[in-house]
Amino acid sequence: MPYPIDATSLAGKEFPVAEHVPLLVLGGGPAGLAAAIEAARCGLRVVLIDEHPVASALIGLDVPFMFGERLDPAVQNKARMTERVVAARPELEEAFEAGVDVRLGVYAWGGFVTGATSRTLPHPLLGLADEERSWLVSFDRMIVAAGARDLALAFPGWDRPGVMGARGADAAIRLYQAFAGRRLVVLGASALGRDVALAALAAGLEVAGIVDVATQPTIVSDVPVHLGHGVHGTLGAMELEGVRIAPLADPGAAFDIACDTVVCAVDLVPNVEMFDLLGCAIIWRAQVGGFVPSIDADGRTSVPGIYAAGDCTGVTDAVIADPGLAVAAGRRAARAAARDSGIEAEALPPAPPIADRATDRDAMRRQWLASHVAATRADLMVCRCEEVGVRDLLGVRPPRYLPYDAEKFAARDLRTLAADGPVNQDQVKRLTRAGMGACQGRRCREQVQLLLAMQGNQPTGSIPLPSYRAPLRPLPLNVLSAHDETKQMRDNWVVWFGIPGQWLPQWEPLPDDADMVYESRVLRDFET
Amino acid sequence: MSAGTPVVVIGGGATGLSTAWWLRREGVPVTVIEKGIVGWEASGRNGGGATHPSSPLFREEQRLWPTMDELLGYPTEHQPKRIRIAVTPVQLEHAEQTAELAERQGFPVERLDPKALRELVPWVGDDVAGGMLLHYGGHANPQRTAQAYAWAIQDLGGTILQHTTVTGIRVQGGRAVAVETDQGTIGCDAVVVAAGPHTARVAAMMGVEVPLAPARAEILVTEPVPLIRHGGADGNGLYGRQTLRGNLAYGGGPHEWIELADARTPRPVNSPVVRSLARRLTEMFPRLGHVRVIRSWAGVIENTPDGRPILDRLEDPSNVVIATMSSVGFGLSPASGHALAQLVTRGRCDFADLTWLRLGRFRGLAADWREQAGWVPWSAAENVTMLSTG
Repeated sequence: MPYPIDATSLAGKEFPVAEHVPLLVLGGGPAGLAAAIEAARCGLRVVLIDEHPVASALIGLDVPFMFGERLDPAVQNKARMTERVVAARPELEEAFEAGVDVRLGVYAWGGFVTGATSRTLPHPLLGLADEERSWLVSFDRMIVAAGARDLALAFPGWDRPGVMGARGADAAIRLYQAFAGRRLVVLGASALGRDVALAALAAGLEVAGIVDVATQPTIVSDVPVHLGHGVHGTLGAMELEGVRIAPLADPGAAFDIACDTVVCAVDLVPNVEMFDLLGCAIIWRAQVGGFVPSIDADGRTSVPGIYAAGDCTGVTDAVIADPGLAVAAGRRAARAAARDSGIEAEALPPAPPIADRATDRDAMRRQWLASHVAATRADLMVCRCEEVGVRDLLGVRPPRYLPYDAEKFAARDLRTLAADGPVNQDQVKRLTRAGMGACQGRRCREQVQLLLAMQGNQPTGSIPLPSYRAPLRPLPLNVLSAHDETKQMRDNWVVWFGIPGQWLPQWEPLPDDADMVYESRVLRDFET
Repeated sequence: MSAGTPVVVIGGGATGLSTAWWLRREGVPVTVIEKGIVGWEASGRNGGGATHPSSPLFREEQRLWPTMDELLGYPTEHQPKRIRIAVTPVQLEHAEQTAELAERQGFPVERLDPKALRELVPWVGDDVAGGMLLHYGGHANPQRTAQAYAWAIQDLGGTILQHTTVTGIRVQGGRAVAVETDQGTIGCDAVVVAAGPHTARVAAMMGVEVPLAPARAEILVTEPVPLIRHGGADGNGLYGRQTLRGNLAYGGGPHEWIELADARTPRPVNSPVVRSLARRLTEMFPRLGHVRVIRSWAGVIENTPDGRPILDRLEDPSNVVIATMSSVGFGLSPASGHALAQLVTRGRCDFADLTWLRLGRFRGLAADWREQAGWVPWSAAENVTMLSTG
């Protein structure tokens, strides 16, 4: 006698799947394209997903990069932007020829695999969406080459239009050719800042200066470089008209550089959001930019069938300077995926080890942020969406729309919270709302982590990764909406379990006909 | 700090924290043991609703919530009243039947025609069937409330041990005398087990069998939209609210039965059900189709075989109280904590009839009750086998 299925549970319910793909590649940068081309040449059927060109509404939200409202209105024309993206990435042509099915302008917002709390999936699923609708695809294997995003570090005036990130500037200049500024100041004189400056110069833009708190030299011909300097603020009443910097050793000797755009090119953050959703093991590696998936030499993550390649596995100066490293990583992962699919394919040589003298990226970030905090007279806003300042954060203060007892809260701060147990960024987020906004924490995650660690005098990596949740891009309700929902899902939908005892008076014994009473009263609002 | 052997409350969720807070208010020494962070699991991941007319604790729930901010000294974001929205006539009929339960207890319900409903909730569609304004009930912020309980306990001199996992309970002469943890042993005057889905495992340490089935459920959250007057507006197969910040947080739909392998709570992931939540929210609030979903979350909750709480002082060991709210714990927590504290100090609750919430009602329960109810984890492969052989 088989046992019954709980009709109101997920058991036996199917999620409508638009297609099944043997190998998905997520990300159309150097690593993703190389992976897709290599896998297709190995004989795998490959679908490559890339979100560019993204909707202008997302650009306005600084998703996925810090665009700083410095893109021109051409980005509203998705068809035109698609042409530009194809033109900017010649490898796309190669991918088409290799038989890769390329989907541009498509967002990957969710990843679902079987795990301890999700046992109903016959195959792993990826949630996709465009501007109109969302859908699911199932897959056997997926190479995630999700790249890196901008590291945002607050300084006075960083929330103004015209302050953008390195990846935002790169997308504006190279990918979309829709950059709306003329004269830039670049913060960060390492490989990343250099890359941005060179892109700007190549596009005929003016680079008014490169600033770095550190003192190591960078070489960009004909651009003034200010080493050992920090940012004191921005200039201009309405439009951004410049940036004020000062030597760290002599803060009184501040001076101004005229510009219409400030590019924060201090560092990049590997995109681990999809790995976190899928439950891949994530480790802290300060020298490659923080949290990264734990992978083997071929890019296999801890979750079978999920591979990682490129910037999302870590960013170093060497990786920024040489896209060939990402290409090699993509090809390695493709060969591994092919072999794991039963196709004979030779393994490729492993990546070169990270140089012992690689930049300590955590120390670099701390130095920048500390200089920004020191240069701030009033409170420095770290979470722009929820308007949380450094003082709110370190004081673990409730948001301003809530009345609270100032005296009681004077006795509560990050230190008292830490006395009760290790500081957890998700807990601080829930109390202060830092990271709870519409940009999904992209502009504050890392700096909140840094501030918590610096305040507690503890290593940055000891603050655990705050969780990522679907949808990984902010999606309108009517886009995310399950237009293709099954009848089975609809007919059996209940608001909360389907247990009569919960809804009938609990000061009385459960009547013998509880199920019938319940069915007639509360269940099945949707039954057709 | 207070002297004396404490009452040890196992579980730093809403129910355990409230119990400890009530005990502390009466001057009872108390230590809360929490394996992670207070309010971290389902107590901090739920719809925030505080409207439970089917519970014997309903009246106390309603009495307490409006006073909680003041009593605790920290904000809970509690907001009074609720609005039931019926998109279709069938939903209106269902809402009507459930409202009767509160009306019979003297809590007023105001019927709203589509026009009146639209004035309160401008997001509903032109063809909405109608609704109700409940002049009772409400909602609060679960995460903030859990922390408020914890801080209030500390302010009253109670102890909360986070990141401490219970490994055993020592019973002598029919009484629990000490709670063993991975951080050391704590002598106790009484024990309250309020460990949510882990309640069965902890009770088993004393040889007490508590039938529970854990499950996962999920919620989505949108970006903020302008505030409406009563944010606790739900329906169309969803429970949820507009938060004071303006975000919409709504859940509902199919749950997933799971197993707990050990003391840890598995990572509660979301499923593609979030798309169905979005669909129902768009159906209920067609004017908000453009509003962006910015996150989702899931939580693990437990259910008893009849879906009702177990709030019981045991006969053996005689100083042990078992507390599970059977997946409806947050909103009732001010009242359940009060009742549980009374069970500890007086052996009975003087403001609510808990007769039908005793553990003994499950005596003689079949060993395979979960399987019989279909309340077990499921996998596609197993089901294929089952159907073909069945």
